[in-house]
Amino acid sequence: MYASTQSIALPDVAPEVRQHLFEYVLQLADTSLILAHRLSEWCGHGPILEQDLAMANISLDLLGEARSYYQYAAELEGRGRTEDDLAYLRSAVEYRNPLLVEQPNGDFAQTIVRQFLYDCFHYHLLLQLQASPDRHLAGIAEKSVKEAAYHIKWSAEWIIRLGDGTDESRRRVEAAIASLWRYSGELTTPTPTEQALQAAGFLPDYAAIQQQADTQVARVFEEATLTVPQGVFMQKGGKTGRHSEHLGYLLTELQYMQRAYPGMKW
Amino acid sequence: MTLFKNLDCMSQKEWPLWEVFIRSKQGLDHKHVGSLHAADAEMAVQNARDVYTRRLEGVSIWVVESKHVHASNPDDAAAFYEPANDKVYRHPTFYTVPDSIKHM
Repeated sequence: MYASTQSIALPDVAPEVRQHLFEYVLQLADTSLILAHRLSEWCGHGPILEQDLAMANISLDLLGEARSYYQYAAELEGRGRTEDDLAYLRSAVEYRNPLLVEQPNGDFAQTIVRQFLYDCFHYHLLLQLQASPDRHLAGIAEKSVKEAAYHIKWSAEWIIRLGDGTDESRRRVEAAIASLWRYSGELTTPTPTEQALQAAGFLPDYAAIQQQADTQVARVFEEATLTVPQGVFMQKGGKTGRHSEHLGYLLTELQYMQRAYPGMKW
Repeated sequence: MTLFKNLDCMSQKEWPLWEVFIRSKQGLDHKHVGSLHAADAEMAVQNARDVYTRRLEGVSIWVVESKHVHASNPDDAAAFYEPANDKVYRHPTFYTVPDSIKHM
């Protein structure tokens, strides 16, 4: 829990805006948690010790960010649910993460492409969220943006290394882009909840974020001698609870302890 | 470009070894903390950040590829170090240091 946001009063808004804020903060929380969990699956399996640690570090950054969002979401909801209830006791259809972050790790190139596409969005979103009139969100964004700046540096350099590396690394990173690109559009496609919050001035315009993310992707791909895919049909649904089959398996593992031993603590 | 100077080694099984030096705070020296594997200098700095500064250990990182470190030979120890044994006058212990001077 961030001490700096703990004492801040909840935003003084109409009940329906508060409900939208709750849903959106939960979406941010789910997104960070699911990606953190995916990265944690690499722990002990990384291609080299140093990169194993790098992925564990990023996973922990995202987990910390997720906790802040869950705690705030629980507060916004005000029905006595805790961060643990929200993370461990909701089913897959209640999860609001975009499809991209639940995609399996695949090989190292797939993990890197998934991470890079997410980092480009995440970093630019956090930059903007720092200015949100919601002081809780702004506070969490302010802390997390420094972590996201490192994540994007790490994943961008791997994109370049793999793209401009060996024949095999290039083949793998191209295959990863071909399979994951279709999930990138959902990040900046606002749901009705996000649209309502944009209209209320709580969320930035996604067109600007998409442009910044696109610019960054284009610059890194160029350096990596990779081609930015064009005209790909974008999949979406995760942010409104329509997930790929992968999320159920992921949650089965993530939620196992609370499901098997309800209320357990250690 | 410099980032890929060592790219060839990416296809080899092992990346080169690097020595890592961390400065724990401004004004102090960089101290050797260990070594790690990385394909090039950029990656070595990032790996050092991830491996050696997870618990606020540092504010600055140096990396040097281990092959550039030239060491003295243990067999030369007698010739190198023992002659200094009986030359205590080389220590600046004959000065009186005022109490207000710290870290001497």
